[in-house]
This record gives sequence, structure tokens and C-alpha cells, in this order.
Amino acid sequence: MNIAKVLDAKGVACPMPLVKTKKAMKELRAGEVLEIHATDNGAKSDLTAWAKSSGHDLIDSDEDGGVFKFWIQKG
Amino acid sequence: MTDTKKTNIILFSGEYDKAMAAYIIANGAAAYDHDVTIFHTFWGLNALRKSEKMHLKKNVLERAFAKMMPRGADKMGISKMNFAGFGPKMIKDVIKKHNAVPLPELIDMALEQEVNLVACTMTMDLLGLQERELLDGIEYGGVAAYLGEAEDGNVNLFI
Repeated sequence: MNIAKVLDAKGVACPMPLVKTKKAMKELRAGEVLEIHATDNGAKSDLTAWAKSSGHDLIDSDEDGGVFKFWIQKG
Repeated sequence: MTDTKKTNIILFSGEYDKAMAAYIIANGAAAYDHDVTIFHTFWGLNALRKSEKMHLKKNVLERAFAKMMPRGADKMGISKMNFAGFGPKMIKDVIKKHNAVPLPELIDMALEQEVNLVACTMTMDLLGLQERELLDGIEYGGVAAYLGEAEDGNVNLFI
């Protein structure tokens, strides 16, 4: 996987993970992957819905010791 | 990407919690690449007030309104359990504890995300609020300004 950027969105609550992800995604080129780390419980459903609506691809997600990880490919 | 979608929120209420809900939705919608507008009317206008005291030409009633209404987002009460001003302190503590974003920062973030903040001029007149008292970088309009955006809006909320 071609991870272009890792975004640390740990320790911030709604709507910050979404706002930060959007901002970070803006700087990527189509096909590049953004890795996001978040601790907000709502991040999973929020980022899944956001990726779908914004035309990006949520490739994978994972949880590791309370940290949610997401890999979103820019569409 | 498809055509830009529109989110329009009418913020009528002047309480911290209600304004916070409005601004969280607005910031989320901006992250969704929506064209977002918040129309502030009646008590919602207070979210746009600058915090500093100003000496402006006002009549007695307008001065009374200016004094009784919160001077800016941070001074708003909450809609439930306000407890004569203790409630907002509690809420702000909880916001901090849970790493949520306080209302004044949500408003800054909305401006940064190019959310259109509109103040309703008719209710500004009723409450005696003048442009100089409100934040810089906002717009002014009436019912047509709202309807123009709302008629092809995808999300329309009244808070």
C-alpha cells in the first residue's frame, strides 16, 4: 500500500477527526492513501460515511489498544 | 465528484449547547464539501457578537437588550440545567475533559472552512444590534437570502 501521509487525530472529538481528515486528504493526489489514527468512538462510522459520500475508498480499518486506524484511498 | 451539495442551518436559539450543535453540523458538512450557510436570527445573533464592550448610539430599549443578551458565544447560557450560570461552567469542563471543541473555536473553524455566516438584518434591528458589534467576515441578509440557498439545499435545519 502506497501510504502518502499519516494523520494523527488521536485525542480529539467530533467533528475534529472528520475536519482533519478532509484537510489532509486535500493535499493528496488521486490514488494515494491516507492513514488516520483516531480515538474518537464516532470516527469509525463518521469516516466510513464520509469516504463513501466524498468518492474516496476506505480500504481497511483496524483497532489497536483503543486507537482506530483507517486507510482511505483518494478517489 | 458530483455537484456541490448545500447545507443550510437557521440558528434561532441563543444557547451555548444549541449553537454548538449547529456549528458541529456546519463544520461536518463543510468537511463533506457542502456549501454551508448558517443564518443567524433572533437570539442566534448573539453567537456572532464580539466579546468586547462597545459604546454605540442606542436608545433605552436597545441598550437594555444589549446588556441582557450574551456578548458573544462564550457568554451564552445552556438550554437545560443552566443553574444561574453554573451550568455553562459545567458544560465547558465536560467539553474540555472529552476533548470536544468549545463553541468559540467551532465558530473560528467554520470561518476557516468558508462556512457562510449570515446575520438577519431585520432581527438585528429589533434587538438593536449593529454591524460593528458582530464578527468580521460575516454577511448580512433577509429571508430571501435564506430561501435562495434553501430552495436547492440538501440539508435544511432549524435550531
